[in-house]
Amino acid sequence: MNITTSEFLANRRLVLKGAGIAALIGLGVIPFDVPRALAAANDKYPEEAFKQKNEADAIKALYGKTAETSDKVKMDAPEIAENGAVVPISATTTLSDVTSISFLVSENPISLIASYKIPAGTLPSVANRIKMAKTSNVTVIVEAGGKLYSASKEIKVTVGGCGG
Amino acid sequence: MASSIRVRATSNGDTTEVQALIQHPMDSGFVKDAKGEIIPPHFIQVLTFEYDGKPVFVADWGGGVSKDPYVKFAFKGGKKGDDLKVSWVDNKGATDTTTAKIQ
Repeated sequence: MNITTSEFLANRRLVLKGAGIAALIGLGVIPFDVPRALAAANDKYPEEAFKQKNEADAIKALYGKTAETSDKVKMDAPEIAENGAVVPISATTTLSDVTSISFLVSENPISLIASYKIPAGTLPSVANRIKMAKTSNVTVIVEAGGKLYSASKEIKVTVGGCGG
Repeated sequence: MASSIRVRATSNGDTTEVQALIQHPMDSGFVKDAKGEIIPPHFIQVLTFEYDGKPVFVADWGGGVSKDPYVKFAFKGGKKGDDLKVSWVDNKGATDTTTAKIQ
């Protein structure tokens, strides 16, 4: 993943979103409260993050920061998924102080798949099954010690799982 | 009605490994039915596992999680015979709860 490009895109998206909010205020519609949504992201269902189409936007909405690639984040996933409706993926990390683990599929209509909160005492390792619309990069984000670490892998999908 | 949640929690004395399988359509809202009409979104949003009154694992899910979702994790502690409470709520406000004994 090219971080500078995605950051640029995210910023651009943010500016566009800002313009949209301004337009909504102009129309007398009260938009969602962005800072509050970010602050509450830790204990409430991250509604906004699950509305973002693009991966970088979803990470921003979920965590409010960007991730750095780390080889301490390990993802176990197939090279080729024959059925995009059920792709088994697991993630684990050797990082300490892990507070959450999230899964994103960049080519899905909604990038964020799942975000798991890991309280103290729970091992930083999760297995689940996800849907993939088509061949895509799958990213695992690990939040540890307040910072974000990620690992990505391309998974080829022969039959998509998101319809169409 | 039988519970939609099937849980297996096994303690090895040190950690408890939990596997859960839930019956749920997990419709993303992007799939069309045979008539070409969009199937409205219907998916579990929050799945919580509680042990000893405290959450040990919380899943926030979107429509991208597979139908009849499966999840596996492990936590430190947990004794054989103790209760593990599992509950979910979906985007239509439906919920289900079950309590499993750690084996």
